Amino acid sequence: MRYSAFRLIKEALTGHKGWRPQWRDPEPQPHYDYVIIGGGGHGLATAYYLAKEFEAARIAVLEKGWIGGGNVGRNTTIIRSNYLLDGNAPFYEFSLKLWENLEQDLNYNAMVSQRGILNLVHTDAQRDAARRRGNAMILHGSDAELLDPAGVRALYPFLNFDDARFPIKGGLLHRRGGTVRHDAVAWGYARGADMRGVDILQNCEVTGLRIEDGKVLGVDTTRGYISAGKVGVSVAGNSSRVMGLAGMRLPIESHVLQAFVSEGLKPFIPGVITFGAGHFYCSQSDKGGLVFGGDIDMYNSYAQRGNLPVVEDVVESGMALIPALGRARLLRSWGGIMDMSMDGSPFIDKTHIDGLYFNGGWCYGGFKATPAAGYCFAHLLHTDRPHDTAAAYRLDRFMSGHMIDEKGQGAQPNLH
Amino acid sequence: MIINHPLLGPRDAQEFTYLGDAELLNRPYWLSETALQQFHEYLYLRDNPAGTHRELWFHEQGDRSWLVVTRDTGTHEIQNVELARDVALARRAARTAGETRG
Ligand SMILES: Cc1cc2nc3c(=O)[nH]c(=O)nc-3n(C[C@H](O)[C@H](O)[C@H](O)COP(=O)(O)OP(=O)(O)OC[C@H]3O[C@@H](n4cnc5c(N)ncnc54)[C@H](O)[C@@H]3O)c2cc1C
Repeated sequence: MRYSAFRLIKEALTGHKGWRPQWRDPEPQPHYDYVIIGGGGHGLATAYYLAKEFEAARIAVLEKGWIGGGNVGRNTTIIRSNYLLDGNAPFYEFSLKLWENLEQDLNYNAMVSQRGILNLVHTDAQRDAARRRGNAMILHGSDAELLDPAGVRALYPFLNFDDARFPIKGGLLHRRGGTVRHDAVAWGYARGADMRGVDILQNCEVTGLRIEDGKVLGVDTTRGYISAGKVGVSVAGNSSRVMGLAGMRLPIESHVLQAFVSEGLKPFIPGVITFGAGHFYCSQSDKGGLVFGGDIDMYNSYAQRGNLPVVEDVVESGMALIPALGRARLLRSWGGIMDMSMDGSPFIDKTHIDGLYFNGGWCYGGFKATPAAGYCFAHLLHTDRPHDTAAAYRLDRFMSGHMIDEKGQGAQPNLH
Repeated sequence: MIINHPLLGPRDAQEFTYLGDAELLNRPYWLSETALQQFHEYLYLRDNPAGTHRELWFHEQGDRSWLVVTRDTGTHEIQNVELARDVALARRAARTAGETRG
């Protein structure tokens, strides 16, 4: 069923009785050509592009809970293409271009809103770094503008400009960045994949990978054994656990990241702001809630909830930047488990096991990557060759010395 | 989280910084034939278990000792705390005992 204004009017006049579920709830088939493990944004997008762009048939997405219950439904919804390094920039630019056409492509309102992201700078050195990054972005075909304090003031007059320790010296504005309604991304891809015949199997946890003579044969699940031609793993924070079923150890640690939403307020933050002197970023959702977050909790975790010290740190940083925040009440906070890689960059690669492919290591930045990660993973699964924009995301890059370390932190995942 | 420091008693986890898996105490031998492979695994690959995890914490805001904390990554419950020095010495003793035997 296509959605349109005409359809909405028709349904409104006929008591909204014609709407149908957006995807089926099929029984697992004994065999699929492609089994995608993980019904998050990436897994669903992979299935969608496999079916649409590569016209692959017999595809299933296996999700242990319900689709969209993982990080795709827990993130702070920021999309951007403001990376510095060659291995990353073309990929995220490709992703942003896919976002720009996503709703037309999916016939689904994902509320893609290019409201602009402003990274504030507070020192001369930070301004130099922002200028360098901005130039790299422009050279890679993205957009960037360096604002002086007056330029920042025109956009966000309520910021704490003259703080004695962290005065605002300007900011790097990326106008095409913004936010997207995260749940709708999962649902839109699910509906699009389902319409093209993909089976979305929920409550179907993968508990084993059957491998013989170095080749994957299928997966054991809580809904029985499913034989598979190729298996693509896209399980975010659970990457080490699922790849562990194949005996693999990954360059990944799982960490918890928290996010926060205030009560609904009248519109006052038009875009996304990031603090340059502490870990804090903030936007305002279309419902009016301030959506903000900060740093990860720093220790390995699978608990999907964080601790109070980080709550305190985030709120302190927030108050340092936006004093008005102190008047708002916090409504909700939660945590998600992220696959933090050793250089802060992701993997989209084959493994040494025939037919087993891996997409993960997205850290806290995988939401913006959803369309391109799905597209590139589908490309790899179908053609056995990496997509041009994702060729650097290899699992063996630490062995070969080709790390993609945007922050230059070294092999310390909690610092990326 | 409260870390029960073996010398100082219960301390807030905020006083510590976190390094990661306590396997980092077992640095490979640099002249080994397979040193390149071993250092790749040592530096970059992790077990990353959901459940019991032995990990290194540094008491930066305190006595600056390194601890090995055994913690459940599913619940954040801390099961055991040792001085990293004791763990490393015990390991060395076990290794030399093994060498004299073998
Ligand atoms: C608080 C927070 C804020 C964030 N903010 C941003 C942001 O602003 N911008 C941004 O770009 N990124 C952000 N991220 C990161 C982003 O959300 C993730 O990188 C991205 O969503 C991961 O991909 P995914 O959507 O496929 O993951 P998920 O939605 O987590 O999907 C993985 C799925 O795999 C399933 N699964 C796991 N194990 C199994 C199994 N054995 N069998 C079957 N299924 C299994 C899980 O149930 C889950 O549904 C944030 C993350 C968090 C936690």
